[in-house]
Amino acid sequence: MKDINTSAFAIEVVDLVKKFGNFTANDHLTFNVRRGEIFGFLGANGAGKTTAIKILCGLMAPTSGQVVVAGYNVMTHPELVKQNIGYMSQKFSLYEDLTIFENIRLYGAIYGLTANEIRQRSDTILRKLGLLKDRSRLIKTLSLGWKQKLAFSVAMVHHPKIVFLDEPTSGVDPVTRRQFWELIYEAAADGITIFVTTHYLDEAEYCDRVTVMVDGHIKALDTPAKLKKQFNVDTMNEVFLNLTR
Amino acid sequence: MKKLWVFIKKEAIHIIRDKRTLMVLLIMPLAQILIFGYVITTEINQARIGIFNKANDYAGYQLVNRLAASGYFKIGKMIDNPEEMEASLRKGEVRMVVVIPSEFGKRQAESSGVEVQLVADASEANSAQMLVNYARSIITRFDAENGLSGRASEIPVTIETRMFYNPALKGVFMSVPGIMAMILILISAMMTSISITREKEYGSMEILLVSPLKPWQIIVGKVAPYIILSFINAVTILLVGIFIFKVPMEGSWWWLTIINILYILLSLSLGIFISTVSASQMVAMFISLFALLLPTVLLSGFIYPIENMPVLLRWLSSIMPPRYYIQAVKSIMFKAGSFMSIWKELLIFAAFIVAFMALSIKNFKVRLS
Amino acid sequence: MVTVSGVSKYFGNIKALRRVSFQVEEGELFGVIGPDGAGKSTLFRIILSLLLPDEGEVCLWGKSPVADYKAIRRMVGYMPGKFSLYEDLTVEENLNFFAAVFGTTIKENYHLIKDIYRQIEPFKKRRAGKLSGGMKQKLALSCALIHKPKLLVLDEPTTGVDAVSRSDFWEMLQKLKNAGITVLVSTPYMDEASLCDRVALIQKGHILEISTPDAVTQGFGKQLFGVAGENMYKLLLHCRKFYRVESVYPFGEELHLTFHGGGDWREELIRYLYENGLANVRIRPIKPNIEDRFMSLMSITEKENG
Repeated sequence: MKDINTSAFAIEVVDLVKKFGNFTANDHLTFNVRRGEIFGFLGANGAGKTTAIKILCGLMAPTSGQVVVAGYNVMTHPELVKQNIGYMSQKFSLYEDLTIFENIRLYGAIYGLTANEIRQRSDTILRKLGLLKDRSRLIKTLSLGWKQKLAFSVAMVHHPKIVFLDEPTSGVDPVTRRQFWELIYEAAADGITIFVTTHYLDEAEYCDRVTVMVDGHIKALDTPAKLKKQFNVDTMNEVFLNLTR
Repeated sequence: MKKLWVFIKKEAIHIIRDKRTLMVLLIMPLAQILIFGYVITTEINQARIGIFNKANDYAGYQLVNRLAASGYFKIGKMIDNPEEMEASLRKGEVRMVVVIPSEFGKRQAESSGVEVQLVADASEANSAQMLVNYARSIITRFDAENGLSGRASEIPVTIETRMFYNPALKGVFMSVPGIMAMILILISAMMTSISITREKEYGSMEILLVSPLKPWQIIVGKVAPYIILSFINAVTILLVGIFIFKVPMEGSWWWLTIINILYILLSLSLGIFISTVSASQMVAMFISLFALLLPTVLLSGFIYPIENMPVLLRWLSSIMPPRYYIQAVKSIMFKAGSFMSIWKELLIFAAFIVAFMALSIKNFKVRLS
Repeated sequence: MVTVSGVSKYFGNIKALRRVSFQVEEGELFGVIGPDGAGKSTLFRIILSLLLPDEGEVCLWGKSPVADYKAIRRMVGYMPGKFSLYEDLTVEENLNFFAAVFGTTIKENYHLIKDIYRQIEPFKKRRAGKLSGGMKQKLALSCALIHKPKLLVLDEPTTGVDAVSRSDFWEMLQKLKNAGITVLVSTPYMDEASLCDRVALIQKGHILEISTPDAVTQGFGKQLFGVAGENMYKLLLHCRKFYRVESVYPFGEELHLTFHGGGDWREELIRYLYENGLANVRIRPIKPNIEDRFMSLMSITEKENG
């Protein structure tokens, strides 16, 4: 097993295959994600994205291949993988009927932080977001934008090495959305690896590198700029349409 | 009319495609009646009893024979002294001891009265009570046949009316109307309320509302398939009751059918009403369970006799539709009752239906929120 | 023709819509663009007669959703935000059901849905719940169209659908428009605005602007620059500190930046960034898009409303 400190990669996937009966959801995927990279993982519905992410998060075992996440093999040490990753989805993030602090405390406790650590980290999060006075507000009274920003911070409360984001900014207003990406940039600058899955291609534009999955294969893996150049188009949307049609 | 028919068909597809729920709906009534019939049987069969016969006269033996011949009791032990009696009960060799006093025959013939003592193992309170009741009724009958007429027996005659119309004292008889009351209201009311709120939750209600469908068409379309389903349930329970448990069917099938249809309509209208006041399937289910199941079981006289309830609960039970259903069904099935004996119940059903429908139509919103 | 004038709607203390007015012309593809919670669904439900406005009036071809909701419901087709077909019914059963409910048959209006339905027809025996997102969306559209509505109202039809299906969907809307159906569609995705004839930008219950997509971007009115470099985060922080910079937002691989007074201070900025350790910065003049405009309008209304 590799130690994370000696590897430049937060995620290493070699020849990942996942089969469900005769159906091959992931067909020999190979890719690496650098530490501190914002990595976009794209694909149409049913392209095998969800399966791959479940495997990366240690929720599902691959049929064959080697998957190392945060320095741990997902086959042999799924629990250690889970300790070292954070997850945030647009569909579910925080408990609406708990207060801001109660949510932070809950997630802190889930990841085994002490009461002291939780208090410190919650102060840090709330100060950064300018929500110090609002720690006892119920989540449901917050606007969607605030919820998203808070959810991202909560997903990192245990200082994970990698954060998985599922369509993190879909539906929020353009200004809030940019504030959110700033949070992501900042986290990446601190060395946290950001793994973004989305089918909104404008979210892909913000990533350092993106992969496009089609029918269980990786069809492309490069920086958005190079991909756009390769297909001679202006947007990732067009790149995507070129690759999948 | 075509719209309504299409709607009913769609609703039927929902029910048929959801195999698991459908199985539960069809099998639940069967399971219920079998459980009540066999497991929680309130019937006594060949219970071992002891006889402490102090009399040893002809009348005494006759009574013992009568007890043994009833089929409920098996004479497990003849007991000679009080110590032996206590020991047998404690060891569980017998569940009850019948103590026949000395000079039983002679004293029975006199007007001075006679006391037959029943000593039961009350560690199982319910079955002890049952044994005592059964023995009592046999002894009373024996007394009535052999004793002097016109004289009060020393044995308190407290046969409940239900035993009167249920001479074999079979408990499963009692549970058939009760189970029907419960199953029908549960399936009809809960399933309709859930199926209407489901449309609200999934957002398809919005499309139905912006369609030219009229509110009554939506409501009738939603409940129609459940009428059939409930009716199938009623028939299953009845058939199992009559053919497996030999529940008597003395009265008219015609009236029984009418009672059932009215009761099903009542339950459906109640379900519709519940759906108009609940926003989600979850709420509808909880209202149905707590507002229907528990009162049906506890307050309708199905399990606990209404006569024994505190005044407040007795009053509450009088607004429980299942109570009237149970009364009406018993009247038809066991007493061969006619329309005259059930018209009150039918009228009450009709009143409930009108009330629930009026409330539902008032509550049904042609717009959101 | 749809006229919305001065419509407000309150839910308790929340003002979902504040004096919203606009007009949709016959045969127009009209987009309502705004983030979640802007009031798009509420607005559509009021137009559809599903909700009553607290203030203001709505008129669809002379009919009012308040006074004559039955007439309204005969002339609209509606696709709610949530996928709201019956998942346990097959494709064909769903379509038959909605056709019958609206008093028509598939045959009668097949020509209308032909292009869309043909794509899902091979799966017509499949349960709707087993369809992919894109196919569900096509089925929902077919169901909303089957009775040949005058007005088609689509609430966020492309949310949760992949890029390929989205682009197919907009092509279909274009065809429907060409077939003479008035289409009112909402979306949180700003890039979809350019696919509409006219758009209303909406935020927190306010209409920010109503115009053609081109006019909306032209309204930006300032020179916009795209800034690219190696370390986006650092670049962003430093650009923001430069005194001549008015606004700067991350926009994918570039920052979108304006200078105070709409001037051009590229050289000064590059020098400033270089002094702060950021070499290889490229700045180019770019055209604003709807999102740029939306953000500038947001900041204007924010100022107006305190």
